[in-house]
Amino acid sequence: MLAFLKNNPTKKQITWIKGVVFIVCLIPLLRLIWLGVADNLSANPIEFVERSTGFWALFILLATLTLTPIRLLTGRAWQIQMRRMLGLFMFFYVCLHIITYVWLDFAFDWLDITKDIAKHPRILVGFAAFILSVPLALTSTNSMMKRLRERWKQLHQLVYLIAILAIVHFWWLVKKDIREPLLYACILMVLFGIRIYYKYTKTAKVNSKVQINSL
Amino acid sequence: MIIQRKPDIIPSEITPKTVFDNRREFIQKAGFGLIAGVAAGLLSNPLKAATVSSGTTEGAGRLIGRANSPAIIKPPSFGAHQKISGYSKTPYGAGEKLTAYEDVTTYNNYYEFGTDKNEPAINSKLFKPYPWTVSIEGEVKKNKTISIEDIYKLAPLEERIYRMRCVEGWSMVIPWIGLPLAQLIKWAEPNSNAKYVEFISLADKQQMPGQNLEVLDWPYTEGLRMDEAMNPLTIMAVGLYGEQLPNQNGAPMRLVTPWKYGFKGAKAIVKIRFVEKMPVSSWMKAGPNEYGFYANVNPNVEHPRWTQSSEKRIGGGLFAGRIKTQMFNGYTEQVGQMYAGMDLRKNF
Repeated sequence: MLAFLKNNPTKKQITWIKGVVFIVCLIPLLRLIWLGVADNLSANPIEFVERSTGFWALFILLATLTLTPIRLLTGRAWQIQMRRMLGLFMFFYVCLHIITYVWLDFAFDWLDITKDIAKHPRILVGFAAFILSVPLALTSTNSMMKRLRERWKQLHQLVYLIAILAIVHFWWLVKKDIREPLLYACILMVLFGIRIYYKYTKTAKVNSKVQINSL
Repeated sequence: MIIQRKPDIIPSEITPKTVFDNRREFIQKAGFGLIAGVAAGLLSNPLKAATVSSGTTEGAGRLIGRANSPAIIKPPSFGAHQKISGYSKTPYGAGEKLTAYEDVTTYNNYYEFGTDKNEPAINSKLFKPYPWTVSIEGEVKKNKTISIEDIYKLAPLEERIYRMRCVEGWSMVIPWIGLPLAQLIKWAEPNSNAKYVEFISLADKQQMPGQNLEVLDWPYTEGLRMDEAMNPLTIMAVGLYGEQLPNQNGAPMRLVTPWKYGFKGAKAIVKIRFVEKMPVSSWMKAGPNEYGFYANVNPNVEHPRWTQSSEKRIGGGLFAGRIKTQMFNGYTEQVGQMYAGMDLRKNF
């Protein structure tokens, strides 16, 4: 049954895996609804929802960024087919995060929101990450991918910057106990490290080939 | 070992003579056993544990009360959820809607017991606030110590309903019980060199697991200028909601200065030091550009992280929105004159 771990999954299996991932990605939202209905969102429910949606957006973002390193390390590529869905789920939780902030936290008081963004680097960085993720969500369709071609790839490299901004946004939120943001920063560095390592060794190989050829 | 008994049993029949004589020690042990029991119970069933705890506490309280009568002056008894008797109501906070006891006691910034707000209520269960001694030192006539029992008797206890504004942008309304700090200072007899008062909290990694993490420079230290400390609004709180301070709220005694951000309220104070120079608080050391000595609530002075012009009142639920933050948290009338002529933007 778990043959796809050894061999690449079939098309049918991919559909099943996608379905499972989809449902799993909805669990954080269902949990919030469940806790909300039970009036169990702590003494400060708005903060709770902000923290929770922010955390899951970051978690899913990091999950999205592990797919390529897995390919680089194992040579398997089928998991890349999960990337768009995960990316869009990240955007979904980011949207919930922003809605909570704009609606529940600031009750659409745009003046206060503008001031909050302008005066607090933490908010500014988070807001920038959100703005940068909008074009990625908008160009996530197959047709956009075809239309933009090479530029699509370049555009979607913004995700690296978004990940860094998201972690900085979290880092500046905590007062003194930086253990949690530090953990995510380390994970991100490992993921980046794997990419950079493979990129570097690949170019090294190419270079050596060139040298051999030129000899 | 304390065996759980039905509260209707006559105390003289069940209390051994030695324990009966050594009442204080008995209370401590009973309290400790009870807390341990509650902690164990919580792991299995929170709801059940809560009922057991209130039940046995009352039982223990009744037991002690009867053993002690017919004394005329009743010394305070100590323990979890122990009611405070004989405090007077004050007009402070009239018309304010109190923040629920549940919220006041489960949403706490008390890094000695963990940096998440739900952690202090869990990690402080085994903390022992009684017996407790506070030492008075520095610029005083002479160094001395005072027990928490004697602090209870230093001045009539009052209930003060105060707003509390946290620097993180949330607020509560809490019915504290305490005595004016001025009364304690009068007893301490500071000399004329005393310009500031420093409050030092307990440092004890065994009892305060959060101190194993070097998030702040332990022990927690806070300070007030002498006139701020003497201000009638400043109290040393020993209780809230009619009972002795729960551990997570700073038992057995904490500072309350309602016109300042909540972090000024040092908890579990063991030392009060009178000094000539402005003390450096733990938070000032941790973030000099974020936390100043005065830390007065001020909607016009921005904090690098949080909006200070408005706040979220705890207990309002998901759709309550924000309320405007008031200058000095609405206590300008009582404290404004102390800062006349000062640049509050510089002295944040």
